[in-house]
Amino acid sequence: MKKIKKVDSLDSLRKKILNSLVKGIPFCQTLGIQVDYLGNEITAHLPFNKEFVGNPAIPALHGGVIGSFLEITAIIQLSWTAFLETEGRELFDKDEVDLKMDESIVRELPKTIDITIDYLHSGLPLESFARASVDRIGRRYASVSVRSWQTDPSKPFAKASGHFLVSKS
Amino acid sequence: MNENIPLAPDAVKKFFMNLPFSKFLGLTLDRLGNGEATMTMPYQKKLIGDPKSGVIHGGVVTTLLDSCCGAAVMTAGDPKFPTATIDLRIDYMRPAEPLRLIRAEAKCYRVTTSVVFVRATAQDGTKETPVATATGAFTSPF
Repeated sequence: MKKIKKVDSLDSLRKKILNSLVKGIPFCQTLGIQVDYLGNEITAHLPFNKEFVGNPAIPALHGGVIGSFLEITAIIQLSWTAFLETEGRELFDKDEVDLKMDESIVRELPKTIDITIDYLHSGLPLESFARASVDRIGRRYASVSVRSWQTDPSKPFAKASGHFLVSKS
Repeated sequence: MNENIPLAPDAVKKFFMNLPFSKFLGLTLDRLGNGEATMTMPYQKKLIGDPKSGVIHGGVVTTLLDSCCGAAVMTAGDPKFPTATIDLRIDYMRPAEPLRLIRAEAKCYRVTTSVVFVRATAQDGTKETPVATATGAFTSPF
């Protein structure tokens, strides 16, 4: 197993694990969702695609695409937070890290119990961004809220709040 | 329920079937009228949310339920405007069985001049319990 010093690699390892998390969800690939991060906070990006139109007259993004984007962002942030509180904590504490990391490092994906989506404005034909905050994470249940915007982060066009089943021991 | 005779469900059907995202998901509007709609969606690999189980992503079910509710709203009266989702709550009861077609049924249970309240369920036909249920409020197109 190839090991490398963590000083050189912590950021690239983070990126690698996060990207493998996104790549592991086919529907994420289908929508073209990408992620980046500032510390532990993830920002998800949804590029505009003319196939996502739900109202050709405006044209506006389909409510279902927006809902999916919010739910995916919540799941990715929750997986990442759960990971950092379990295996991830040890991983980033060690002197050396294993480069043979893939999505298997991240536990089973959280399962949505319920999600409530508020549509505040119509989504314009622009790239969208979303950030989620894990408001509570317990051994079995987590509560997550998420907001998405297109130009001004303080003016979200949709927000959601949901409960998820996590397998965190 | 609004007592008006719904305006041309065919026009509404055409609108939904022609939406780019409906085509993308392969949605079919099977039954429509009087504030009720039935919509089906075939299983597709590109919609998988969990590759280990092959179960489609919850967000896809959200889209199906949202579309089905929207179509039902458009036929709950005589639409003068398009409708928009105000909010939508989805409860996931169980994972959808891989490879199964999912059928959504939506019904408007309260129609006012400002808001239409809708409930919907999604079924894959394998168990009595639905895959998911939805409760939504839509802007009134009347």
